[in-house]
Amino acid sequence: MSTPPAIEIEHLTKFYGTREIVRDLSLTVPTGSIYGFLGRNGMGKTTTIRILLGFEEPTRGRARILGEDSSRLSPATRARIGYLPEGHHVYGWMTVRECGQFQASFFPKWNQDVFEAVITHFRLEPKMKAGHLSRGQRAGLCLALTLAPEPELLVLDDPALGLDPVARRSLLQSMLYVTRQPNRTILFSSHLLSDVERVADRIAVLDGGVIRADCTVETFRQRLRHYVLKFRETPPAPPSLPGLLESFRTDHELMMTFANATPDVEARIAELRPESVEPVEMTLEDAFVSYVGERGEKTFFTHQLNGK
Amino acid sequence: MPLGFSISPASEVPIFRQIMHQVQRAVASGYLKVGEQLPAVRSLAETLVLNPNTVARAYQELIREGLLESRAGRGVFVAERRQVFSEAEQARRLRHLAEQLCQEAALLGTRWGELRTLLETTWKQLQSQPESHP
Repeated sequence: MSTPPAIEIEHLTKFYGTREIVRDLSLTVPTGSIYGFLGRNGMGKTTTIRILLGFEEPTRGRARILGEDSSRLSPATRARIGYLPEGHHVYGWMTVRECGQFQASFFPKWNQDVFEAVITHFRLEPKMKAGHLSRGQRAGLCLALTLAPEPELLVLDDPALGLDPVARRSLLQSMLYVTRQPNRTILFSSHLLSDVERVADRIAVLDGGVIRADCTVETFRQRLRHYVLKFRETPPAPPSLPGLLESFRTDHELMMTFANATPDVEARIAELRPESVEPVEMTLEDAFVSYVGERGEKTFFTHQLNGK
Repeated sequence: MPLGFSISPASEVPIFRQIMHQVQRAVASGYLKVGEQLPAVRSLAETLVLNPNTVARAYQELIREGLLESRAGRGVFVAERRQVFSEAEQARRLRHLAEQLCQEAALLGTRWGELRTLLETTWKQLQSQPESHP
């Protein structure tokens, strides 16, 4: 028997006034996966997450979370979702212990051992005042408050923002710890691609309100190809080829980055008669910057990078 | 951490390949012997702070290449050496590495005599590793 997906978004569109924030977005997050939600600032990640949790109404389309419509979530379903909003807000006048007690009173399930383990992991003391914590410590407290109810689905909005490397590592460890239990799902947004590469099963790339890739990290890297063409003379102008994301010319070289380079594209490259053609591996960060960078071509979409 | 793995996510080499290379090196140098058990996927993933699927993928690829073998319910072990690549494929892989080595050596201004001595010494060192236990 297959478990239904933890998150299903279908043709979601959201306008603020006349501004379109999210355009016809569809995304499925399978139960049990760690999903990295990527995109530059202002591309609609937070809006999508807020609609998903029922804090905003979609203009068109729909979102389902744990099998329920996002705009009509029952309290029982809400209790199965852990949401860590951007910015790690806490009630500054409470102590760490009091924050825990306060949060516990809202949830039918509360695992004090988990709460204490995360607190200790981030080196927090129960009697510390929440208002006096450093950014990393505050993130730890918020994470402990989110994890202690043992949610089946975790939605983390840029959890690593402003954290030092040690706190970030603790965050990743906590995320992996959560998914040791079967059927636990995490959707997290992040700009730290090295973190994403460490923990994510799949990524979705949101750009200009549109999902432009939905695949594994590995597939994303494989589909983006960087070629260095060497010429004896001045290189020709880069031809307009399908999927060309960016190109760069030096005295004797022409560098081109493609999404979904096909054998046909490779044949067209060979027609430029370079001295040599060398494909170069890219880091996830290079691939991402090429894909959503300013110069990136915007005419090919999600279905081409889907699957696998 | 028995293998002293080190992972750098910001590399152009995918993480599962980095793990593969390090296991390959450990076996080639005799650090890991035939029949020796590798760390469980879960525990290695935890030590390295990685998604367990990434570690599993590296192991699967190495099993496919014949370097490791999976014993049901017991874990992953270094396999008895056997021929999994065709002779043509073996030659292709070695040619590629030989090209790289010669290129580097030429850039460093190494002479053929030095290079040959180096190859001989390295080869002998690998051969003289203590024999594997079952």
